[in-house]
Amino acid sequence: MMRSLCCHNKTLVMQTARSGDVGRPVLIFWIIIGWLGFLALPWYAIEDGFFAFEWLFDGYPFDTDYAPAAFIVAQGEKLWLAPLVLPLLAVTAVIGRPKSDPLYATILIAASGFGLAWLVLQGFGIGLRGWQFGMLESLFGDLGDRQFGMGYGALFVAVSLLFLFTQGIAARGAINGDVFVVSAIGSVIALITVFVFFPIANMLASAFITEDQSYSIAVFFSKFFDDRLWGLGCVAGGHRCGVAWNSLFLAVSVGLLTTLLGLVFALVATRSGFKYKRAMRALTVLPIITPPFVIGLAIILLFGLSGTVTTFVADLFGVQPTRWIYGLPGIMIAQVLAFTPVAFLVMIGVVEGVSPSMEEAAQTLRASKWEVFRTVSFPLMRPGLANAFLIGFIESMADFGNPLVLGGNYDVLSTEIFFAIVGAQYDQGQAAVLAIVLLSFTLGAFYAQRFWLGNKSYTTVSGKGDAGVHPTMPKMLSVPVIFIAVGWAGFTAVIYCMIVAGSVVELWGLNNSLTFKHYATAFSVALEDNGVRWTGAAWNSFWTTIQIAAIAAPLTAALGLLTAYLLTRQNFAGKSSFEFGTMLSFAIPGTVIGVSYILAFNVPPLELTGTGIILVISFVFRNMSVGVRAGIASMSQLDKSLDESSLTLGANSWHTFRRIILPLLKPAILAALVYSFVTAMTAVSAVIFLVSAEYDMATSYIIGRVENNDYGLAIAYSTTLIFVMLLVVGALQLAVGRTAIGRRKSTGQQS
Amino acid sequence: MMKRTFLATSIAAVVLSGTSTVAVAKDKMTLYCSAEENWCQLMLNSFEEATGIDVSMTRKSSGETFAQIKAEATNPKGDVWWGGTGDPHLQAAEEGLTAAYVSENRSELADWAISQATSAGDKTIGIYSGALGYGYNTELLAANGLSEPSCWKDLLKPEYKGHVQMANPNSSGTAYTTLATIVQLFGEDEGFEFMKGLHANINQYTKSGSAPIKSAARGENTIGIVFMHDAVKQAVAGFPIKVVAPCEGTGYEIGSMSIIKDGRNPESAQAFYDWALTAEAQTLALQVNAFQVPANTGAETSPSAPDLASIKLIDYDFSKYGSSAERKRLLKKWDDEVSVLPQ
Repeated sequence: MMRSLCCHNKTLVMQTARSGDVGRPVLIFWIIIGWLGFLALPWYAIEDGFFAFEWLFDGYPFDTDYAPAAFIVAQGEKLWLAPLVLPLLAVTAVIGRPKSDPLYATILIAASGFGLAWLVLQGFGIGLRGWQFGMLESLFGDLGDRQFGMGYGALFVAVSLLFLFTQGIAARGAINGDVFVVSAIGSVIALITVFVFFPIANMLASAFITEDQSYSIAVFFSKFFDDRLWGLGCVAGGHRCGVAWNSLFLAVSVGLLTTLLGLVFALVATRSGFKYKRAMRALTVLPIITPPFVIGLAIILLFGLSGTVTTFVADLFGVQPTRWIYGLPGIMIAQVLAFTPVAFLVMIGVVEGVSPSMEEAAQTLRASKWEVFRTVSFPLMRPGLANAFLIGFIESMADFGNPLVLGGNYDVLSTEIFFAIVGAQYDQGQAAVLAIVLLSFTLGAFYAQRFWLGNKSYTTVSGKGDAGVHPTMPKMLSVPVIFIAVGWAGFTAVIYCMIVAGSVVELWGLNNSLTFKHYATAFSVALEDNGVRWTGAAWNSFWTTIQIAAIAAPLTAALGLLTAYLLTRQNFAGKSSFEFGTMLSFAIPGTVIGVSYILAFNVPPLELTGTGIILVISFVFRNMSVGVRAGIASMSQLDKSLDESSLTLGANSWHTFRRIILPLLKPAILAALVYSFVTAMTAVSAVIFLVSAEYDMATSYIIGRVENNDYGLAIAYSTTLIFVMLLVVGALQLAVGRTAIGRRKSTGQQS
Repeated sequence: MMKRTFLATSIAAVVLSGTSTVAVAKDKMTLYCSAEENWCQLMLNSFEEATGIDVSMTRKSSGETFAQIKAEATNPKGDVWWGGTGDPHLQAAEEGLTAAYVSENRSELADWAISQATSAGDKTIGIYSGALGYGYNTELLAANGLSEPSCWKDLLKPEYKGHVQMANPNSSGTAYTTLATIVQLFGEDEGFEFMKGLHANINQYTKSGSAPIKSAARGENTIGIVFMHDAVKQAVAGFPIKVVAPCEGTGYEIGSMSIIKDGRNPESAQAFYDWALTAEAQTLALQVNAFQVPANTGAETSPSAPDLASIKLIDYDFSKYGSSAERKRLLKKWDDEVSVLPQ
């Protein structure tokens, strides 16, 4: 670890020198992986878990439950696996050929393409009960055999074939024969197809299913144009508006407010002489590490019918307390509190990244501070503003916890979807229709944002000398900005005092004596002869959550930034559909992800429900878009000439990405890591469908406590989570470090 | 070095065992629990202690569990579904998601528990029951100068405007039971007139069934229409809640248990099923303040629990009002005629 951190320059030179011929060993590596999967690893998923290694002693390699594909076929069973040996043989034959030989590429593409197609076809064609489709059954007769979900053997073969395929494409000269870029594009496409398109398509198909299991467009339209979705009663002075309008109005307001507050905080943090910046910065980040519904609970404790503030005001003015907080006002306050920090994280990367040279140039040309801000700084922040709004809008659309706790009679799409599935109606079709409406809103916002940004250049960090310090804000801006920031920060502080207080009192509002019993119930530990026994009720879900979040976060950040790199730096055919695909996961609310995942991944070929893997996967694909957004926002500020000079000096695209782009992306990496770790620990909506007996998550446990009116334990657990996340976020900040651009102050600098 | 030894051992093991090895796996099962968390946990621990069978458990509301079992139908992961209101259990039985089983302990149960089983072709069985009613926050009632309600029809008084909460029957089984009870009690026409009158006093239709009494306990609402055992639980927890059994009579739910069809551990599932019906297992409810009436007539009950014998119960028609068709019809009627009225 230490060495790789300290010796940047030396390794750069070394790797540049040998970057010429990396193709061959990589090719052989993937071929070996493929054979390993086919010959040595169990082909099917193992019920008790691969890493229990019980299968090694339980009939491996002959028992078909544990056997590698080669052994299964050799015993004359499941012969549909046999054709897979052909592509593996074909690609092995390629090893001797030179890369320039046109056969090299043709064989790789044809063989691995066939292999992948066959793998998919047999997987979907043959399932738990033999043939999956009636058509196949009538064509070939009863199969008399079946297969379970794919395991590590199949995984290795699939991955190997995929990368051999991309090697072939690269060898044909696509993207200048750049193997790294082609492989990256290939793997992102494959992952998105399997974990986003497939489950969503599966789920949306159910929007057209009638009660007797046949398909009908009419059913879809009657649900889609329902008055409860689109009714405009509230405008005409009637009863209430449609759910779609409710959601839209809420999301637009929350998006605007969070962007504004995010900008305000980013400005105070980077461009003001405000003394308590650090304290305020820490405070603004707090909500992001809070399970969302906890903010809702605190708001009830403050502003509810019997809330502290409500009763105080009612006593003071002698008015009757009301339930005003339940409904739009409550949801909006809670969501703005919860999502402002994300907007802030996006904004600060961009506000810091605006090169002072430009601002100084404007100042030298005698522009006043206000003119500099209005005509130079602010326009350069537009990508950040657009991204912050988009994130606020979509988070609000998908939020589930706050409307659940505070919604009153203000119904929104996300909760309606949830209750369409789990409620007394059990109407999956209805849920799918609502999901389509939600999806059109979020995708609409996405395109509106692109339209607003247009084709302008926001590049400010170039390879040329970058000197200067950000000017402070003009007075007429800084006074209201600091005023708003301090006000909102103070409000946040009060909310958190309520949360901490709620965790150490016996029974909130009725018996306010101090106690630590909630912590004891959740996190007690017993020391016994044979070590520590975790006796607290929360430990199980706590460790699972930490583990899953820790696995998901780096994967999310890596996938997100890689995708952002491909989108901003590479041109390839189908780039816009590629972008659409990566955005899709972002726009789909967790509830829908949860349900579509259990529908899609409960049956072969991919049997993942009940495992920890499905939780990790759902987090990675739900949060990767934040990495993508943050990466795109930062990368659009980095001049392409940086990459070009690196490439001219002989580095290949992988080294350029690793040595030039990545170090400049530290704010984006940090944002992606923090965001994905934290959402993995605080997410509710997708998780609630995917948790299992073995893998229970903290949030689903806490929701159970809230449902039980056990606020003390719920808040105590949440408070503990907040402290854990604070530690982790701090550690991440230290580990990733800050980008030192120009003369600007930087702390925690490394190397 | 380590690796080589490991490999050698595994090869030896393979050679020794051949292909005919029968794994001596420890008995295990997966439980889907729809009662409250601590009750589920207690059941699990006690069962593991009593039998040595390893249980892994997921707790979800009955609606969520039903959705999950339905989604997993082609490849069931769970073995037993224990707890939660009877309707989704009946619906699962109707859709063939659960398996028929007759336990030797059935004779120890009360009649209502057995009739739940026979009406569903033995695919589910009653394990506890609870009567519908409402509870109110005594402090808020006094602070607002309201009179104490004691009947269903009291709730229609204009003075309670904005003080009553119930769950939305579309999302909550409890609220659907309320709707079905009112319809059976007053007849369909008068019943819907009642629901319309009630609608005027409702401050919020919550999503979850027991939420109205929980918010009443916290002082966020005055009167909550819920199952009485839920209200008792809040009162016992120290909240200022008074429980009311409506004077006109009331309906009830039967909490149920079902064995999931084609589960992976059918023997363990039956062992759990048998055990869960014993008086000993049913008495456990007292330890976690679950005040439902146990199905096993030999189980102990709490003095705080609502006594079903002293409550006027209607003859609730579970097979009619639990069927999908009747449910859809009543919910649609409620949606079209009640929920759209101004409040």
